[in-house]
Amino acid sequence: MVQYSSTHFNASFAALADATRRGVLEQLARGDASISDLADKFAMTLTGMKKHVSVLELAGLVTTEKLGRVRTCRIGPCRLEEEMAWIARYRQVWDARFNALDDVLDELKRQEKAGARKQGQ
Amino acid sequence: MLASRDSDSRRTTVRKTSDREVVVTRTFDAPARLVFEAWSRPELFKRWWVPRSMGMTLRSCEMDVRTGGKYRLVFGDDPANTMAFFGSYLEVVPDKRIVWTNEESGDLGSVTTVSFEERDGKTLLVMSELYPTKEALDESGTGAQEATHETFAQLDELLAELSAR
Repeated sequence: MVQYSSTHFNASFAALADATRRGVLEQLARGDASISDLADKFAMTLTGMKKHVSVLELAGLVTTEKLGRVRTCRIGPCRLEEEMAWIARYRQVWDARFNALDDVLDELKRQEKAGARKQGQ
Repeated sequence: MLASRDSDSRRTTVRKTSDREVVVTRTFDAPARLVFEAWSRPELFKRWWVPRSMGMTLRSCEMDVRTGGKYRLVFGDDPANTMAFFGSYLEVVPDKRIVWTNEESGDLGSVTTVSFEERDGKTLLVMSELYPTKEALDESGTGAQEATHETFAQLDELLAELSAR
């Protein structure tokens, strides 16, 4: 369960890291589409589009359903938004603090060096 | 090349390890005793705990960093409208570990454990925040955490569009 949530999160990030896949999500946000529709739209081979869709599907961002010979894609049940926003805010606070802490540590190191030099004289 | 490796090693990572625990890691280019010092001396602590980008004013900072000691941080520009964060240190092991409670939210408060692990003069910091319940974690993150991270701006827009459809 624990592992699942972090793996899931990484999968979602990886899925969203690609411009084509973000485009596919935007497209599906406007309406369902088949894999061949998407391949046409993005001037891509069917195989290439299938790969992108399967990455999005693994991340839970897209679901697909085969009706006859056509595989229809739609926006998945991703409940990611809240969690992602929470983590982003959390990280932002700590990142800012730790960058400021770097400066304090640099100063402490300089003081130590200066102190050591004085003692050595 | 060197610079990018350096900034990468100084990356702050945040992971949810369960629905009530968050773990943050960060490496500092300084020995553990200095990181501990910056964390346990109020005059140093207040210089980094509230970086300017946070847009908050720390009015006072009292901390007695030893096992059983207490701390109290008061924020706010307006003396009539301040916000206090307080709790006590459950465990303090100099240069290694600090564990404290966050009691301003009453029963929903988390316990924070920060540990310093030194290797080749650098220090790996691992910080865990453990909340009593999932709901307590979900509801935290107001106040200082209000700002959004710019790297996520593009993603936010996309997600907003998706949820608005």
